[in-house]
Amino acid sequence: MGGVALMLYREAGDFKTSYVADGQTFPIAFDRYRYYAVLVVALAIIPLFINDYYVNAVFLPFLIYSIAAIGLNILTGYCGQVSLGTGGFMAVGAYACYKLMTAYPDVNILFHVLAGGIVTACVGILFGLPSLRIKGFYLAVATLAAQFFLVWLFNRVPWFYNYSASGQISAPERTLLGMAVTGPNADAWLRYLFCLIFLIGVAWIARNLTRGTTGRTWMAIRDMDIAAEIIGVNPLRAKLSAFAVSSFFIGIAGALFFSVYLGAVEVGEVFGIQKSFLVLFMIIIGGLGSIFGSLAGAAFLVLLPVLLKNILVGGLGWPTDLAAHLEFVIIGALIIFFLIVEPHGLAQLWRLAKEKLRLWPFPH
Amino acid sequence: MKLKLATATLTGLLMATPVLADLVFPSLSYRTGPYAAGGIPFADGYADYFTLLNERDGGIGGVPARVLECETGYNTEKGVECYESTKGEGALVYQPLSTGITYQLIPKATADGIPLHTMGYGRTSAANGKIFSNVFNYPANYWDGASITVNYLLEQNGGSLDGKKIALIYHNSAYGKEPIRTLEKLSEKHGYEFTAIAVDHPGQEQKSQWLQIRRERPDYVVMWGWGVMNQVAVQEAANIRFPMENFIGNWWAGSENDVIPAGAAADGYKSLNMHNIGADFPIYDDLKTHVFDAGKAAGSGDQTGTVLYNRGLYAAMLAAEAAKKAQEIHGVEEITAAMMRDGMEALEITEETMAELGMPNFGPAFAVSCENHGGSGQAKVQQWDATAKTWNVVTDWIDSDKSVIDPLVEEDSQAFAAENNIAEGCS
Repeated sequence: MGGVALMLYREAGDFKTSYVADGQTFPIAFDRYRYYAVLVVALAIIPLFINDYYVNAVFLPFLIYSIAAIGLNILTGYCGQVSLGTGGFMAVGAYACYKLMTAYPDVNILFHVLAGGIVTACVGILFGLPSLRIKGFYLAVATLAAQFFLVWLFNRVPWFYNYSASGQISAPERTLLGMAVTGPNADAWLRYLFCLIFLIGVAWIARNLTRGTTGRTWMAIRDMDIAAEIIGVNPLRAKLSAFAVSSFFIGIAGALFFSVYLGAVEVGEVFGIQKSFLVLFMIIIGGLGSIFGSLAGAAFLVLLPVLLKNILVGGLGWPTDLAAHLEFVIIGALIIFFLIVEPHGLAQLWRLAKEKLRLWPFPH
Repeated sequence: MKLKLATATLTGLLMATPVLADLVFPSLSYRTGPYAAGGIPFADGYADYFTLLNERDGGIGGVPARVLECETGYNTEKGVECYESTKGEGALVYQPLSTGITYQLIPKATADGIPLHTMGYGRTSAANGKIFSNVFNYPANYWDGASITVNYLLEQNGGSLDGKKIALIYHNSAYGKEPIRTLEKLSEKHGYEFTAIAVDHPGQEQKSQWLQIRRERPDYVVMWGWGVMNQVAVQEAANIRFPMENFIGNWWAGSENDVIPAGAAADGYKSLNMHNIGADFPIYDDLKTHVFDAGKAAGSGDQTGTVLYNRGLYAAMLAAEAAKKAQEIHGVEEITAAMMRDGMEALEITEETMAELGMPNFGPAFAVSCENHGGSGQAKVQQWDATAKTWNVVTDWIDSDKSVIDPLVEEDSQAFAAENNIAEGCS
């Protein structure tokens, strides 16, 4: 099987006759078919077999963290602006979605989520303004301030949580074309598809932005902002557009996280500083400046703990505390291992593997 | 891709466990993280009680009980994973020991028809069984706790708190915010001045809060804390020389773990408790014979007789009694979650039942009904003796002020019903 796949994975005979064909995302035919196959499986086959466990413990966290990681990757990976405010921005998306869901119960949930993203984009631009003057670690500290301020705000001002006694926000049932997407009665397959379509949309937009003019200006700013300015890149526009797009995606992730995945959220616990770090780790492990890296990083940090738990507790019958401690050790060791073997992340490992496959069986 | 790979592996792993004829009691415990000090003894007590029932009586009504433990680390995302991974095994009742996870599970468990017992935590207004059909928080809830504290202080001050200052130091989360509204209402009624001071998760840093307390000089400090926050607060109170006998924690801020680190300085600290303390109960003899000496104790077996271990026993006892009730009502031994719910709703704990179970006067006597899922709403006050390293109960059961709490419960539960389109039951 391996041999056959290797034989298929090559460029020979795969001719391009136009500029457009040459610039496509998956220039190698095998890659392209694999991509279509993944889409078919994800869109048409998984929904048929998905159950509550898979959707709540595996797919929803993976899909939603992937959206957040793509968002942060736009800002940090492509535009070079380090942000520790991801948790806070996700909270903006979640609370905007909550306020809209409760204020306009008859509107389709799809629009609430998108509106949550748009509100977050505006907040993101506001907190992106300091990036015009400060860089690197100093910007990280400024976004850290955003993180703490936003969490404090949602804890402090009762209007945001509709004056509930406990300060918790809970997602009531909202529908899409008459079918429940949020709330306890939503079907597993629909919640899965709802988030999946957002992920596909976000990844598609991100891919097309990053290979066009916008993405090139971001990367110019990332690689050397002074040089970029000299060749005519407007730093104001580049940085703020990166903040806006990034926050838009992160806001969508936050809105989905609250409304579709958890259903009830407490801002300090769910959108605290540890969430900002988690998403940052995802893109560092997955690969800065790579869409696939965002997905790989999210998969690594979301799915691996669940997998380990199932092996250690479910499979081997170990005590739960021992397994939980060992999980930290294993994941920590793997992170160190991957970063030593490939500092550019899982995406780079994947890229190298493909490079080697193309040359197989005649490496240099 | 990675996703498919992971899915395939996961599917393989999850197909294993066969369905056995037993009564499944999931224990969403936390033996790791900043709240582990509270999670471990509770989980041990919960598991040991069911081990005792299996070893001594062959289970409940002849059907063995199985405790399915799942580590949440007090984290809501892991809580969701735990809920989903255990509910398919025939889970009868969930006790997440976390207010955050409770809020998530209320709609989910209700839709799945599985009851939720949040003993002295969770959503207070779930006491209204007309709205929250599947959620129970007997024997007492947070607002009872707040009111009991005030009633205790009233008694200490000869019936009047006029002009007194009471500060609440609380965990800045759903859990900690719960008593605020009640304490505000009671301050209108009794004329004390009320300040609420928040401590952010996990609560290791409280210098500024205690500076504020030192500046404002409240007569009493009430605490709604959990985990590491409690020990830090007791230590900080000692540092500013706040009189310990005027510092009262709720029932989640009154275990040995909270006071031992401060040493002698913690002497005199008070807290509420919803059950009795110590190992001086006949059930401990049975536990010793059938569980501890047989080497079947959960965890490392070093938590026996502590406040939170007893709470775990108490929670398990209430669950087992409800299961017995359900077996009795429906006339079958292998009950389902829906039958368990009926059992919980018909639960009646009397002095005689507790004595029969080897736990005389362990908790309050109370009865649950369709309308009232909140129990009797009583608690005792206990005080720490640092030299003997023991808690001593200093009062009898204190009642809460239902005339204040009932309208609050009604108001909050109606708001929930309106938001989620729930029709009132029990008619």
